[in-house]
Amino acid sequence: MNTQFWIIQTFNGVSYGALLFLIGSGLSLIFGVMRIVNLAHGSYFLLGGYVALSVIEATGSWALSLPVAALTIAALGIAMERLFLRSEGFAFLRNAVLAAGLAVLVSLGISAASPQLLGGGWLQFMILAGVAAVLIFLLLSRISVLPIETDVLRQVLLTVGFAFLFQQGALDIWGGNNMDIQPPPAFTQSIVVGGIYLPLYRVFMIGMALVIGIVLWLVMEKTRMGAAVRATVDDAQMARGVGINTNLVSMFIFALGAFLAALGGVIGGAFLGIYPGLDFEMLPLAFAVVIIGGMGSLGGAAIGALAVGLADNFGKALFPEFSYFTLYAPMVLILAIKPTGLFGRE
Amino acid sequence: MVSQQVKIGMVIIGLALLAFVIPQSGSFVILLATRALAFAILAMSVDLLLGFTGLSSMGQAAYFGVGAYLTAVLATKFGIGMGWDFWLVVVMGILLGAALAAVFGLFAIRASGVYFLMITLALGQCVWGLAYRWNSVTGGDNGINMTGRPNFGIDLTNDVNFFYLVYAFFVVSLLLLYILVRSPFGKSLAGIRERELRMQILGYNTWLHKYIAFIIAGGFGGLAGVLWAQTNGHVSPENVVLTTSVDALLMVVLGGSGTLVGAAIGTGIVFGLREFLSTIVPWWQYVLGAVYVLTILYLPMGLMGIPAWIRQRRSQRKSEESKKLASKPS
Repeated sequence: MNTQFWIIQTFNGVSYGALLFLIGSGLSLIFGVMRIVNLAHGSYFLLGGYVALSVIEATGSWALSLPVAALTIAALGIAMERLFLRSEGFAFLRNAVLAAGLAVLVSLGISAASPQLLGGGWLQFMILAGVAAVLIFLLLSRISVLPIETDVLRQVLLTVGFAFLFQQGALDIWGGNNMDIQPPPAFTQSIVVGGIYLPLYRVFMIGMALVIGIVLWLVMEKTRMGAAVRATVDDAQMARGVGINTNLVSMFIFALGAFLAALGGVIGGAFLGIYPGLDFEMLPLAFAVVIIGGMGSLGGAAIGALAVGLADNFGKALFPEFSYFTLYAPMVLILAIKPTGLFGRE
Repeated sequence: MVSQQVKIGMVIIGLALLAFVIPQSGSFVILLATRALAFAILAMSVDLLLGFTGLSSMGQAAYFGVGAYLTAVLATKFGIGMGWDFWLVVVMGILLGAALAAVFGLFAIRASGVYFLMITLALGQCVWGLAYRWNSVTGGDNGINMTGRPNFGIDLTNDVNFFYLVYAFFVVSLLLLYILVRSPFGKSLAGIRERELRMQILGYNTWLHKYIAFIIAGGFGGLAGVLWAQTNGHVSPENVVLTTSVDALLMVVLGGSGTLVGAAIGTGIVFGLREFLSTIVPWWQYVLGAVYVLTILYLPMGLMGIPAWIRQRRSQRKSEESKKLASKPS
């Protein structure tokens, strides 16, 4: 336990915190703006990593995989937000998407249970799925859906449902193996500072999080959009009253959150690996970041991410048997003493 | 409106059918039903909090987990609980679940709404962290394998005997919880669910009411864990993980919260779907996800709410028709 140990562990903790900032800041903003507890946020992280793997496999370019993965997942986030989380005006499309998905499941189930019934032909399958889709659509459109904005429990369960769907989808597309994202060789070297080897990749992670954090801060504090976002966080009703399009703000924030989480997945995939189950491993950590920092606060997310990154790293190094306990117990204490988090606003 | 007596009669008939039909079927179904009944006790404890007190706990798997780990550790390390002392383990499991809830409740009960959800999530993760990492006690990621089931005159390694034992525990739990929610205490819980401030103004100590409900739910969670460990013969961090807590919540909402029986029905459906589908197709998790999405969007009152929903639509249509008739100029 010399100084070198402490320096290296601190460095590792800070770089892990940089990664956690990417996933946590989006979750925090989504909660702050939309009051939605999104349990599919870990899935964005995982899917971002998987999409990046496919991009790298197709083009060989790691640098390209970053924006492509992040934008793809941002689009997925927008679709989820518009169709399912706040579906006013999109009820028709939502019912259609659900009916199509269910019809495919039903047809797949029937053809798996009794293959001879369909004869294995594509045509029969399509006809069956089409008929089922129409029937299910007619049934679904007879039921009116209660909005879920005010009901946290239903948000939680709905987004968990999506997390399960994404998990299975990822398993079907990319398989169940543990995969690694290979960063460019330039990043695999180490730099030496005062006789201590620091992996360049982790330095890059810290730099990346810093840049993103500063850009986010500038956007939130200095632009008109940022002002609209802050107004919506503080009082959505009043913001609507003064003419801010809070629907647009919500969409923007949800897309941004998914974008950041996916970016985290690509960057983190290089040293965490990408594997089924990573989504629900990262999710509680992201929540720890949000809770410690305070929901809806960008600065809070930064502090929270740093705290969780350090606590996780030192916990694992110093008391391996209690490492997760030492991470979540402080989270409980903070919640019990100041439920809004260290930097949360009422 | 179906009267309360008829409802109780239907539940009793359903339970009797279960006791009669399940042991006649294959070992796969018997084990599945045993598992579902053990888990249903956990789901009903979630319902006590969610449906009757208005607290959505995201950490109920913690109590389930301590019950299960207690059973496994006692059995494998100390050889306790394989004979008559099984009943001792049951009592200890209930007490440990309740004691843990008594500690956790001190932190959690003060919070409300989304903060209660978050703090119970964090508390659940604390227990999960210990289960996952405290290798010397919990066996870490691999969990603990148990050998055989208790034998105290009645041989529980026989799946049918064991089914009847779990069934009996389930029925007693259902009965106790039913008595609880119908009692004056249960009525004041419902009052807290509807409007906590009003109950406070009326002079009720709402904190204490919620705290006691939380402890009772923890006790039932511990019991469910003990039975689960004996059912599966294997305990792992998987039993304490966040998704187990969320699963229990979904089962309650799917069946219909605030009904107790709904929680059991929801458990039966989710377990049935999961176990049957996973033997037929590899993509069963799509179905689970779809059940989540459909329940939340289209069935917020749960399956038990369907009769009321149909009645409401009928009466709506009738009143619309009579309005039309009335407004028609004659």
